[in-house]
Amino acid sequence: MEPRPRIGVYICHCGTNVAATVDVEAVTEFAATLPGVVVARHYTYMCSEPGQALIREDARALGLNRVVVASCSPRMHEPTFRAASQEGGVNPYQFEMANIREQCSWVHHDRHEATEKAKALVYAAVMKAIRLEPLEEREAPVTPAALVIGGGVAGMMAALDIAEAGFPVYLVEKSDHLGGRVAELNRTFPDLEPVSEWLPALVDQVQRHPNITVYLNSRVTNITGFVGNFEATVEGAKEPLKVGAIVIATGYDVFDPRRKPEFGYGIYPQVVTTLELEHRLAAGDLTVNGKTPKDVVFIKCVGSRDQQLGRPYCSRVCCMISAKQAQLVRQALPDARVTVFYMDVRTFGKRGEEFYDEARRAGVRYRRGNVSEIYRRGDRVVVRVEDTLLGRTIEHEADLVVLAVGMEPRPEAADIAALLKLPRSADGFFLEAHPKLRPVDTAVDGVFLAGCCQSPKDIPDTIAQAKAAAASALIPLMRGVVPMEAATAIVDPELCAGCGMCVEICPYGAPGLDPLWGVSRVNAVLCKGCGACAVTCPSKAIRLQHFTPDQILAQVEALVGW
Amino acid sequence: MLMDIQQHAREIGLGLDLFSCIQCGKCTGGCPVSLTTALNVRSLVYGALIGDIAGPVHREELWDCTCCFTCVERCPKDVRPAEVIIALRSLLVEEGKVPSTIGNALMGIFRQGNPLGYAREDRTAWMDGLEVQPAQEGCETLLFTCCSSAYDIRAQAATKALVRVLQAAGVDFGHLGTEETCCGNEVRRVGEMGLFEMLVEEGKPLLEEVGAARMVTTSPHCMNTFRHEYKLGMDVLHYTQVLARLLDEGRLNLTGRVEKVVTYHDPCFLGKQNGIFDEPREVLKAIPGVKFVEMDRIRERSLCCEGGGGRMWFEGTNTEGRLAFQRVQEAADTGAEILAVACPFCMAMLDDAVKVKGLSERLKVMDIAELVAMAL
Repeated sequence: MEPRPRIGVYICHCGTNVAATVDVEAVTEFAATLPGVVVARHYTYMCSEPGQALIREDARALGLNRVVVASCSPRMHEPTFRAASQEGGVNPYQFEMANIREQCSWVHHDRHEATEKAKALVYAAVMKAIRLEPLEEREAPVTPAALVIGGGVAGMMAALDIAEAGFPVYLVEKSDHLGGRVAELNRTFPDLEPVSEWLPALVDQVQRHPNITVYLNSRVTNITGFVGNFEATVEGAKEPLKVGAIVIATGYDVFDPRRKPEFGYGIYPQVVTTLELEHRLAAGDLTVNGKTPKDVVFIKCVGSRDQQLGRPYCSRVCCMISAKQAQLVRQALPDARVTVFYMDVRTFGKRGEEFYDEARRAGVRYRRGNVSEIYRRGDRVVVRVEDTLLGRTIEHEADLVVLAVGMEPRPEAADIAALLKLPRSADGFFLEAHPKLRPVDTAVDGVFLAGCCQSPKDIPDTIAQAKAAAASALIPLMRGVVPMEAATAIVDPELCAGCGMCVEICPYGAPGLDPLWGVSRVNAVLCKGCGACAVTCPSKAIRLQHFTPDQILAQVEALVGW
Repeated sequence: MLMDIQQHAREIGLGLDLFSCIQCGKCTGGCPVSLTTALNVRSLVYGALIGDIAGPVHREELWDCTCCFTCVERCPKDVRPAEVIIALRSLLVEEGKVPSTIGNALMGIFRQGNPLGYAREDRTAWMDGLEVQPAQEGCETLLFTCCSSAYDIRAQAATKALVRVLQAAGVDFGHLGTEETCCGNEVRRVGEMGLFEMLVEEGKPLLEEVGAARMVTTSPHCMNTFRHEYKLGMDVLHYTQVLARLLDEGRLNLTGRVEKVVTYHDPCFLGKQNGIFDEPREVLKAIPGVKFVEMDRIRERSLCCEGGGGRMWFEGTNTEGRLAFQRVQEAADTGAEILAVACPFCMAMLDDAVKVKGLSERLKVMDIAELVAMAL
């Protein structure tokens, strides 16, 4: 039988953040009267070392088995106070927090009412604390190897870093060669360096690395398991590959300008994409219908920043690609007029603006106007556009028109997303776990993103993200174990009807139907304790530990009855 | 006249979204009249956004817009630029500042149900020699003839041809006779919102009472407003769609031959605005003997004939550089003997241009229905 609750309650002033609005002494006096409470104190900063010491020392001296801190949001300091409770011998899951700052002192002015509300919140927390059960945090072992999907620059860089750290890496590439989209480029911005000077060496390094196994002409067809313990079925691999972490680096597709019929792409040989011009520049042949162009036009934002296409985003590289190719065309065809028509010039980033300056100084004309239409006139094409700075529509005759096509998600991204239950943003690119704080993580632990599969980006940004993804993937590999959330859902097999609704609703793939018994079982390593399954379960067979109905209802009753 | 144009546009049922505009110029760059008139729709959107419309609104070129909606189709930010023009026009209409010829057309519609101002009793004069079932007796398909199709002599020939083709295919169709009234598509686009509302209020029950499963229109303009603005409880089809379906189902057998080189001009209200590009071409290609050739500017890149948006009733400020002149030249350059059309406005504009440009010996403008009727 559980020992009787012995609760310590600590009210934090948070300097004056709480104390200026809430009468902390009154709240403390009130807390002392609550059932099970053996000590109630208030202190200037509970999160400070002396504040934490109060918890530790009381817990030992008074034999506390529950701790309640009334202070800020649990997002802020729950880990701090859980650790302090544990050091005092209290199970960290028998700690409860009342948020009397964000949910009280910061949003109320009336001191009396704020104090009453703080009391209510403390009362609710104590009512829940009485019912909290001790939970145990466990760890799972990690398979010390990684899977990288996609053999472009992002995938290769991530694979190399993980391999260099000493772990085996399986690199899966669907085409027959490594290098991805960059292998199709001639020179790169902003230094006009030939790709041939560094890409073959990088490919070679990957292929020869003793820790990297490359699977070409291969796809990942199935993935099971969870962080630390994935199993991937890969075409060409005899057995499922066991890995602890996965890096997705599946890249992008090039926008097909046939979806903008006004440009006549596919009809006029004079109209090409930036990628096609890249091939022509590499081959040193810019002729159209056997003639050297005298007038070359670049059109930006083709397939980008376009609501009608469902491509509202900026592809981030086309301004720099246009500036690069316009300069290279100027070099190759010194007599040709080269004009870039633009909506905005976005040559941000290191050396970006300078590169744009160089393009203009090289004689490239920038005219502001989003080209509306292309049609034929003799053996040339007419670019119909308003020069918005002149406020005048013009017909600009050209021999070569280059469409700066944007990036879009690969259709196969949907398959990978389905394999891993990975969320994607509205534009179809993979969704990072947090736009600022977790830019290479995904909603699935142990799965990381690198390169343009997450959003359009240039080569330096791609490589930076690849190295970040590798470093993040190395955390579980190097630690050797992964912590398991203790506040997980558990299924009562006696009540479970095996309907599978929990399997469908879970965003993390934690529940699965036991093939033998036909009932649901929750994989504790995958469970994040969100509770979606518990509320979905029609037979109430699922119980979310640490948020059980009696705990929550006790809290609710305390507040409702106030 | 400083006021919130966006607010005004919403009040009169337009979806103008000024704040999404990034002034990229794609609208004006594609505007078919922007090379020949002072009309600059991008600049009007900007003026409306910053509240500076006093100047632009009194300029005559505001009436140059053909409402082809190329700007709406191309705008990357879903601004619907043409609707700023309609909104500005509606302000002028409220003040009675309308070009006199447009005013006359609106008066004709108000009094006689057609912009030409002809007598309502003469609306069925084109039926002379044909037996057309009154729709009031019930029919599966309601045939709606554009005012031009009913009164304009050149267009009447196309209407008659269509009736013969539908009868040959055994289509159960009827016509409202002299009760038929202008659809108001252009009325709305010149900004006469009050008259348009009246036409909808009176026309909608009349059309729906027939109880037909579908309506077929001779003009893409009528089809457009019936589809998008009347919200009728029946399918609204352009006649080329019906002909394509009849051919496809084997209900229309063409035994005659038309040994001609034929090209086709896409009407803006059929193609650009309603995405109907293939059916007219399918019909032409199904006519035995026809050698079908394409012009360069087709489908989404088609050149406007300049007959829409009230321009049937307003010369425009660009009498020199008519787009129809360019268009018939382009058609003649393909070697085509026949320039096929599918809209009574295109018929009027292009037929006139052929005469003005002295191309009558080489090129004839014909409605698709006429070509099909020739092959019956």
